[in-house]
Amino acid sequence: MTAPASAPGGASGERPEGPIPEADSGAARGAGAIPPSDGGSANGALSPPASEERPPIASLLPKLFRTTAFRLLLVYLAVFAVSVFLILAYIAWNTTRIVNSQIVETIGAEIGGLAEQYRLGGIRRLVSIVERRSRQPGASLYLVTTFQGERIAGNIGSLSPGALDTEGQREVQYARAEDEARNHTAIVRVFLLPSGFRLVVGRDVEDRTRIKKTLGQALGVSLLLVIVLGCAGGWFVSRRVLRRVDGMTGTTATIMAGDLAGRLKVAGTGDEFDRLALNINAMLDRIGELMGGMTEVSNNIAHDLKTPLTRLRNRADEALRGAGGPEELREALEGIIEESDNLIRIFNALLMIARMEAGHASEAMADFDAALITEDLAELYEPLAEEAGLAMTTAIQPSLPVHGSRELVGQAVANLLDNAIKYGSAAEGEKGPVTVRAERDAEQVRITVADRGPGIPEADRERVLGRFVRLESARTRPGFGLGLSLAAAVARLHGGSLSLRDHAPGLEAVLTLPLRDGAAA
Amino acid sequence: MSLMRILVIEDDREALAYLVKAFRESGHVADQAADGLDGYALARDGDYDVLVVDRMLPKLDGLSLVRSLREQKVETPILILSALSQVDDRVKGLRAGGDDYLPKPYAFSELLARVEVLARRGNGKASSAEATTYRVGDLEVDRLSHRVTRGGQEIPIQPREFRLLEYLMRHAGQVVTRTMLLENVWDYHFDPQTNVIDVHVSRLRSKIDKGFDRPLIHTVRGAGYMIRDGAR
Repeated sequence: MTAPASAPGGASGERPEGPIPEADSGAARGAGAIPPSDGGSANGALSPPASEERPPIASLLPKLFRTTAFRLLLVYLAVFAVSVFLILAYIAWNTTRIVNSQIVETIGAEIGGLAEQYRLGGIRRLVSIVERRSRQPGASLYLVTTFQGERIAGNIGSLSPGALDTEGQREVQYARAEDEARNHTAIVRVFLLPSGFRLVVGRDVEDRTRIKKTLGQALGVSLLLVIVLGCAGGWFVSRRVLRRVDGMTGTTATIMAGDLAGRLKVAGTGDEFDRLALNINAMLDRIGELMGGMTEVSNNIAHDLKTPLTRLRNRADEALRGAGGPEELREALEGIIEESDNLIRIFNALLMIARMEAGHASEAMADFDAALITEDLAELYEPLAEEAGLAMTTAIQPSLPVHGSRELVGQAVANLLDNAIKYGSAAEGEKGPVTVRAERDAEQVRITVADRGPGIPEADRERVLGRFVRLESARTRPGFGLGLSLAAAVARLHGGSLSLRDHAPGLEAVLTLPLRDGAAA
Repeated sequence: MSLMRILVIEDDREALAYLVKAFRESGHVADQAADGLDGYALARDGDYDVLVVDRMLPKLDGLSLVRSLREQKVETPILILSALSQVDDRVKGLRAGGDDYLPKPYAFSELLARVEVLARRGNGKASSAEATTYRVGDLEVDRLSHRVTRGGQEIPIQPREFRLLEYLMRHAGQVVTRTMLLENVWDYHFDPQTNVIDVHVSRLRSKIDKGFDRPLIHTVRGAGYMIRDGAR
């Protein structure tokens, strides 16, 4: 709430007797004399200058508050402050205890001594000793009174009332005899002498109070120091951390904006930030490679899809423009359908590869015999090989149990056979046979399809397994360049592999699949 | 092919109109439904030889429709059309109670051939399927002894060639497409990408038809093959 002076009631001039601001403004609002918004604006009038000052700090502070370093700093600050407080409090408490026990000991000894003197010399001797001791500099406090409390000797001027009533030790307020005005605190012990006199011996505890005060000041200064140094250190550390993080954020922002060449700065100190930066840079390198691969793939897709699309369009265009008869039109339309079927095939193969590469395990996974599949497919393709002028020889071990998709593995083997026949028939001179082998190799099933065609240069073998890659020399032949990559994807999906080797001359494609669990023995 | 009553359930208006028109032009009676619920009602109450059902339908999904019909003891043969061509999808379609599955885009000739085979199976006209001997013209196939004779003369034949011939004979007078042959004779559903099937058929043809005046195995342009007697 606002201060009484600026209370809305004051402005209205109908301030009632009660100066309580709460009641005041409440009454004013209740009376409806001043709309609540007015009271609000009185408040608001004070804030604009403050809020104008705010922005630079306001933008920095929340950011600072959000940094981990700063939050850690706050926690440390609290821990240190509490520690300092506890340590000093313990010192103060212990010091007081020690001082107190010393005082009590001294008082006890003196009372003992004086009581002894009283026993030896009576009240006179006691009084004279007390008088003598009282005059010594830095003396303890002494008082000898009658039973009624009248002062006989000693340097205590006055005691807090009731202090003498009972025997024992207590803390009291007193004034020295020569200095009535000042009240001090002391620990005194009242001792009842056998004859009814009272002996009071005490010691001023001003020292103790001073120590306490000093410690209190030390506590204040330490806390202040902890806070100031902590804040400054925290500010410094978080600024340093913030600067590096901000640098990283800036770099990543430009990378996100499309500049994939950007890399995070590595300070070379090998700290956490360096390791993070190195990892992010490595990640960026990998992304760059993948992007490059994607670009190549999409270029290939563009090429291999656009070629049949262009042919399709040209055929339709030609049929439309040409003054051909119904028979010619029919032929053109059939060509168009054939071309679109090709396109559909390409799409299907691409989708299959994409699905497999995304790791979609097929629901149609089951146990099957790879030997049977190889045999079936060799038989399926044998007439095709024969038509192409190639012999086909098979060597298939019986019973090769595999777990997976029979359809996909079948497709993969079919692609290898198709490939072998296609390229095997392209051999110059005498055409060698297509050989098909399937055998067990330790924990694996190995299906090998080899031809005696021109083969694939070693440098290209890895690349040819990628999507849409068809070697320049083969671009003119029918085929979509997807056969091998699809077979490779099938192998990967099943946890196997497809490798291409030199068959000197020709190509040997080896498809390995893991043997079904429990069938290895 | 005798007249068939076909119900096409497909939500794409253009595809629906195309199919209905194409079936009618092929000499069949075709009804249409544009969503799953209409289709379900028509299929349950109408007397159809074959249902052609799209996989994705509004109101009632294609697979649920098929499942519901089967639960209602409607045994009409069903062909499922789907834009999804994955092996899994095919398995799901058949598991739901479909009899055949054709991924989009399809050639109408392929669809027609499959629908005709389904219709004949459903009408029990394929009683010859249980027969031990198939006969087309002077060609005779004995399913028990695997003997093939033409004009009383035995033709030596390989086991796979026999299965190919058997399939053609079972569907004598019907168009059989290349994919149908790959599916039914070799039991693979993938795309062979080359003319493997053609090569097999031409081999079979050289055994069956070579040296005879009247060829029995005919190529149906743009569709597939058909075995039948005489020039029709």
